[in-house]
Amino acid sequence: MTDQVDVPPVGEQARVEAAAVATTQRSRSWDLLARAGEVRNLGLVGVLAILGIVGAITADTFWTRSNILTILQQGSVIGVLSVGMTFVIIGGGIDLSVGKVMALASVWSTTVATQSYGATVMVICAVLVGMAAGLINGVLIAYGRMAPFIVTLAMLAAARGLAERISNKQSQLVTVESINELATTKPLGVPLLVWIFAAVALVGWIVLNRTTYGRRTFAIGGNSEAARLAGINVRRHTVTLYIVSGLCVGIAAIMITSLTTTGSSTHGDLYELDAIAAVIIGGTSLSGGRGTIVGTVLGVVIFTTISNLFVLNNLQTETQDIVKGVIIVLAVLLQRRGKEGAV
Amino acid sequence: MKELNKGVGRRNVLLGMAGLGGSAALAACTGNSKGDGNAKKTTAAVSNGNSGTGKTVTVGFSAPAADHGWIAAIQRNAESAAKQFSDVKLQSVQPTNDIAAQIAAVETLINKKVDVIVMLPNDGKQLTTVARKAMDGGIQVINLDRVFDSPLAYRTWIGGDNYGMGVSAGNYIGEQLKQKGVSNPVIAEIAGIDSLPLTQQRSQGFKDSLSKYGFKVGPRQAAQFTVQSGQSVTANLLQSAPHIDAIWNHDDDQGIGVLAAIKQANRKEFFMVGGAGSANAMREIKSGKSVLKATVLYPPTMASSAVALARLIGQKKGLSDLTQPEVPASITLYSATVTESNVDQYLSLGFES
Repeated sequence: MTDQVDVPPVGEQARVEAAAVATTQRSRSWDLLARAGEVRNLGLVGVLAILGIVGAITADTFWTRSNILTILQQGSVIGVLSVGMTFVIIGGGIDLSVGKVMALASVWSTTVATQSYGATVMVICAVLVGMAAGLINGVLIAYGRMAPFIVTLAMLAAARGLAERISNKQSQLVTVESINELATTKPLGVPLLVWIFAAVALVGWIVLNRTTYGRRTFAIGGNSEAARLAGINVRRHTVTLYIVSGLCVGIAAIMITSLTTTGSSTHGDLYELDAIAAVIIGGTSLSGGRGTIVGTVLGVVIFTTISNLFVLNNLQTETQDIVKGVIIVLAVLLQRRGKEGAV
Repeated sequence: MKELNKGVGRRNVLLGMAGLGGSAALAACTGNSKGDGNAKKTTAAVSNGNSGTGKTVTVGFSAPAADHGWIAAIQRNAESAAKQFSDVKLQSVQPTNDIAAQIAAVETLINKKVDVIVMLPNDGKQLTTVARKAMDGGIQVINLDRVFDSPLAYRTWIGGDNYGMGVSAGNYIGEQLKQKGVSNPVIAEIAGIDSLPLTQQRSQGFKDSLSKYGFKVGPRQAAQFTVQSGQSVTANLLQSAPHIDAIWNHDDDQGIGVLAAIKQANRKEFFMVGGAGSANAMREIKSGKSVLKATVLYPPTMASSAVALARLIGQKKGLSDLTQPEVPASITLYSATVTESNVDQYLSLGFES
C-alpha cells in the first residue's frame, strides 16, 4: 500500500479526488464493516463451538479445566505474535520475520553473559532485540521503499543466521529460575502466560479501536495516499507499526523461553505462518485497512484447539496441517464473500 | 535395521560378531571398560598392543554442520580423539548441510591424498558415489552412522543401533513396571520426526520389546527433535491421559522441552526414559529428583571410535582382542541404558544439547 505514495504526479488532481471519495465511502461504510466483522466473529465462535462439541464427543478429557488452560497456554505465544501481526497487516504490511526474530531474541537473552545479569535484563534484552529488528524492518520498508514481503523475509533469514551463530546451534538452558517460573506460576489458577496474552490482546484492542494511533493504522492500510493527504505521516507511522510487532515478538520470546526453559535458534519455526493464518481467519484483510483483535484471538484459539484435539485423539500431526489448510481457505473464501457483500 | 542391512550380505554376517564383540573390541582398542571413547581416557589406552606410536596416518573428516547438540558432539569428539594420538593427523573439512558442498569437500580430501576418510554423510545414498571414488582410488573410507548404499563405498561402517535403542528403552520400562506389579500400564511415547527411518526403527524396537512383557504403547506423538516441539506435543499429550505410568522420549534434545511441559503440568506419577544421552539428561538422572530416570544411548562418541579405527586401518592393524588381524567391516554400537546407579560412568560422555 505504501508504494502508492511514490506514483509520479501524473493526473494528481484526479487521483486526489478519487482518493478522497474512496475515503468518505469507506468511513460511511465503516459501521457496516464493523457489523460484518461482528458477524464474522460470530462465525469463528461457531467454529470453536463445533470444535468443542467434537472434543466432547471424541476425548473425555477435552472439557477439563486443565485441558482448556493448556490450550490457552499453548496458544499464548502465537497469540502475542498475532496481536502485533494484526497491527502490521491492518496497516497494509506483513511481517514474515516474527518467528525467527523471536528465536534470536530468546537466544540473545539467554546467553551466559545476559543471564548473569538476571531476569530483568533478560526481559529488556529480548524486548530490545525484537524492537530493533522491527525498527530496521520499518525503516527499510517506509524509507527504503522496499516491499514488506522482501524486507521481512530477509530479516527472517538474517535473524535465523545470527541466532544460530550466537547459540552455536545449541539449546541454551535457562538457569535464572524466575524466568522458568513464568510458565509454572498460575495467579488465580490461570497460567501467567495466559494473563500476559490477555493483557497484550486487551492493550492491542484499546490502541486499535480507541486511539488516534489505531484510527491512523486503519487509514493507512485502507488508503495510504488519502492518509498522507489527510496529514498523517505515513512513513513514520509505518515504522512504528513494525516496532509494535517487534515489541510483541520480544514479549513472545520471553514466553517461549520460559515455556521451553531454553533459548534456541530452532524456536518459532514457521510461527510467522501460524500468526498470519490466525490473523487472516480472524477476518483481517491481507490488503490492509480492515481487521479486529477479537477475530485474531479467536483465530489463535481455534488453531491451538485443533492441535490439542489431534493429540488428545492420538492422531498424527500431518493430518492436522491438512485441516488447518482447509480452514484457512474456507476463512478467506468467507472473507471475500463478506467483503463483496459489505462494499 | 531393515535399511541398514538392505542388500549388504557380508555385513549381515559381521553384524552378529560386531554386536557381540563390537563394544568389547572397541573398548579393548582404546583400553577402557564401558563408556569408552572419551578423549581424555583414550590416552590411558595407549599401553596395550595397538597403542604404540606407528606410522603417521592422515585422517580426513567430513560431517554435517551442527544443527543440534548430537552432531556438534560428533565433530568435537573426532577432533579430541585425533589429538590423543601422536600418529594421527586430522584434516577436517568445513561442515556443511549441503549435499553438493559435502561431495566437493570429500573430493578435496581425495585430491589431498589423505590415508583414511571418516565421513558422516548428510545423506547416505547421495554420498555413496564420492565415497566409492575414494575407495577405488585406494583411500579407505570409514562410514559413520548413516550408511552408504553400497558396501563397496566403505571399508568399515560404525554407527548406532536405532532399533536397539527402542529395545533398551522398552526393556527398562518393562522391567520397572513388572517390578512394581502394574497391570495394564499406560505407556506413552514421544518420537522424533516420524518420516525418518531412524524414528520408525526406534519405535519398532520399543514396541517389540514391550510386547515381551505383554505391554503396548498407548498415546504416541511425534515431535521435531526441537525443544519447542517437545514442549508443545507433551503439554497436549499429558492432557490426553490423566494417568500415565511411563514415557519414552526418543531424543534428549527435545527432552528439555518434554521435561519443561511435565513440570508446567505438575505431573509426577510416572517415570520417563530419554534417548541419545545428553549431558543434561544425565545430570537430571543423577539428581534423582527428576521424573527422568534413565536414558538409552546413541552415543556421539562413535566419532572418537571412528578416528581410532581410521588410525588402525591406516597402520594395517586389527582390534587386538579379536583373532582377526584386521579391523571388522561393521561395528554396531550397543545402546546402553544409563540410570542413577551407573550415570557417573557415562556423565563425561554426555553431550551438551
